[in-house]
Amino acid sequence: MSDTTTTHAATLSHRQEEDTKSTFGFWIYLMTDAILFASLFATYAVLRNNTNGGPGGQELFSLPFVLVETLLLLTSSFTVGLALLAVHRHDKQKALILLGITFALGAAFIAMELTEFAHLIQEGHSWRQSAFLSAFFTLVGTHGLHILVGLMWLSVMIVKVVREGLNRANVRKLTLLAMFWHFLDVVWIFIFSIVYLIGAA
Amino acid sequence: MNSFASGLLGKLSWDALQHDIIVTGGQVSMVLAALTVVGLLFYFKRWKWLWNNWLTTVDPKKIGIMYLIAATLMLLRGAVDAGMMRAQQALASGASDGFLSSEHFQQIFSAHGTIMIFFVAMGLMFGLINLIVPLQIGARDVAFPFLNATSFWLYAAGLMLINLSLMVGEFSAAGWLAYPPLSGIAYSPGVGVDYWIWSLQIAGIGSTLAGINFIVTILKMRCPGMTMMKMPMFSWSVLSSMALVVVAFPILTATLAMLALDRTLGMHFFTAESGGNPMMYINLIWAWGHPEVYILILPAFGIFSEIVATFARKRLFGYKSMVWALMAITVLSFVVWLHHFFTMGAGANVNAFFGIMTMIIAVPTGVKLFNWLFTMYRGRIRFTSPMLWFMGFVVTFTIGGVTGVMMSVPAIDFQLHNSLFLVAHFHNMIIGGVVFGYFAGITYWFPKIFGFSLNERLGKYAAWCWIVGFVVAFLPLYILGIMGATRRLESYDSSMGWQGLFVVAGFGAAIIMLGVTFQILQVIVSIINRKDNLDTTGDHWDARTLEWSTSSPAPHYNFAVLPVVTRRDDFWESKQSKRKNTDKPNYQPIHMPKNTPVGLYIGMLSLITGFAIVWHIIWLIPVAVVAIILLIIIRTSNTNSTFTVSVAEIKKHEAARLLTKGKTL
Repeated sequence: MSDTTTTHAATLSHRQEEDTKSTFGFWIYLMTDAILFASLFATYAVLRNNTNGGPGGQELFSLPFVLVETLLLLTSSFTVGLALLAVHRHDKQKALILLGITFALGAAFIAMELTEFAHLIQEGHSWRQSAFLSAFFTLVGTHGLHILVGLMWLSVMIVKVVREGLNRANVRKLTLLAMFWHFLDVVWIFIFSIVYLIGAA
Repeated sequence: MNSFASGLLGKLSWDALQHDIIVTGGQVSMVLAALTVVGLLFYFKRWKWLWNNWLTTVDPKKIGIMYLIAATLMLLRGAVDAGMMRAQQALASGASDGFLSSEHFQQIFSAHGTIMIFFVAMGLMFGLINLIVPLQIGARDVAFPFLNATSFWLYAAGLMLINLSLMVGEFSAAGWLAYPPLSGIAYSPGVGVDYWIWSLQIAGIGSTLAGINFIVTILKMRCPGMTMMKMPMFSWSVLSSMALVVVAFPILTATLAMLALDRTLGMHFFTAESGGNPMMYINLIWAWGHPEVYILILPAFGIFSEIVATFARKRLFGYKSMVWALMAITVLSFVVWLHHFFTMGAGANVNAFFGIMTMIIAVPTGVKLFNWLFTMYRGRIRFTSPMLWFMGFVVTFTIGGVTGVMMSVPAIDFQLHNSLFLVAHFHNMIIGGVVFGYFAGITYWFPKIFGFSLNERLGKYAAWCWIVGFVVAFLPLYILGIMGATRRLESYDSSMGWQGLFVVAGFGAAIIMLGVTFQILQVIVSIINRKDNLDTTGDHWDARTLEWSTSSPAPHYNFAVLPVVTRRDDFWESKQSKRKNTDKPNYQPIHMPKNTPVGLYIGMLSLITGFAIVWHIIWLIPVAVVAIILLIIIRTSNTNSTFTVSVAEIKKHEAARLLTKGKTL
């Protein structure tokens, strides 16, 4: 009898420990990802003017288009925050709706980004043209790839919440997912400022 | 048909398997070794044992042993490469071309550097960290056991990919850091550089994940009472090293990815045309590369701190200054990278800054060296073989440090850049520092890992051979470097008058090989005589830290009752006070992770992905990547990944342990 209660208490503290460890570990992972982006940003900054006689940012970027992208992503960051609040209130229905909206916004963002890329390539300005375009496609594309991973993670989590509800493991994973999504938002703000705003000026 | 084959196999064809006689010799010996292992597994019917106890394990102690075995095998391969280079340079003077073609020689020095740093030094380091850190901080496991297994299998996948290059195709001939534009597709159209990129990329991601894992382990899982400033020095050094890993390795990942994009998608990051900037690559690779050498050396410093304190029977001198020195080195190692290419032309002011920072980083390193010497001062020193490795380290590492500070003066570096002087310098740091450190660590912790100690006499022979061989092999290179011999020469004119010194260096390499032979003998003899060398006390060296307070080898849960500490070297202090702990231990059920093959699967699928990218087998890439994603989804959905060790089971195990202990006392 006493053995089972101690087991139960041990299990509970064990789970709490797991939560703090995974949150902390995920923070460190995000920092490694930030350094990966920093390397790409540094490379972009160095190669920005190496257009090889081709067009630079001024000719290629359409600020209104990118502004819409930015607003989509910022809104999705807001909705994922609301979703997490709903998760903590154990409001499964609302959490699912908000996660769905986040997914839709993220998917719209990716669609716009791919449209932009396809447009550039059609015009003959692919990554093969110049060092500037190589750095541009890689930096923005790496962010897009991260968003894609986030979308996959989101869809997996939506399925999990529908099937298993808001159990402890799912709450933990949703917290990490929200951190990931906010992080990508922050990276995008840097891309928007450094690549598009400065580039189009 | 042809287009079908190229769709199915990419660039892969029968030509990839054609090689000259020396490579064929290497291939045959590797295949024979693999067949022998497979044959033995069938003969002794050990497949199930291999699968259950090793391939699917998540126990850091077993993962650590696998790291050590893999790294040791790679050390032998890297040593053969080194021997071939020394022999070639001793022979290839004037009219003689030696026995290696220039293309083959280039592949050999590229493979030697890559293998020794990524698969030997990193492997030995992660092996020892896995084996010792959880025990030393009084934890039962690492923070993320499954991730830890995955890190190992990614390392193993990178290792297999680089060895596949010997079988199928070729290896990079662009040096161990593959500087562009030489490593670009225009000048290295073969698959060699791709093999280099993807084996490092896969292993590097494993290292990043391991870095995260051990930072969380050390910061979140220390036993009750062990505040940061009570932590053993090896754990401190690992914390610093892992902090460097998580900051430096993402730079490597990004840099390798950009080089790969240049080569495969026709981008222009580092090409010599269309606005690419090869110097950007050199900056980025050294922004990772310089911290990397500190990643390797800091745990070696930690090992020596434990060894010196144990064998001098004194508390480590200047604990706090040791910690601050580690922190200083950790930060400073990020502001010295440009000293690897003073000749790039960044200008006098930039060179002066990096030169001065390089001189400054020698200060905390010197602090550590003096602290070890002061720890020995007036100690009752036992000259065991770990201590011998330490003495060798003090001499060789100091020579390397002094020549390093010499080259930190840009004006001197302009003379010595890319010369054999530099080669001698970094071998002084890597062999005299890193390799001696890890050998000392393996000897020191061997009884803890396997339950019996290594033969001391053969260990001392090996250490002497390595120390003497090192001096004979590398001091001539300093002289040759000053005489103007550049690195990576496959032949030279006899009028240079270099051959005599190259022959001496070759002789030194032979002495080192003798040392390696003694080490192999040492392991064999120790295994045969293990009954005489059993460590039944769990505290073979009368040591100071917590890993020695449990049995040797440690049970899979490490500690039946988590230790509680109140001071530094608590285990040693309580041995000194001789107060017997008479409290009856209060056992609790223990949660441990279950074995899983998913880490192994992810590693092997990464190997397939890497191979497919190298050979442009386009269809296979998405298949393998999707399989990895599915495995991750399945694994993270698994809520039943731990099991509980019951109190009865712990009692049984502990009683058996006390019984063997009682017999010897």
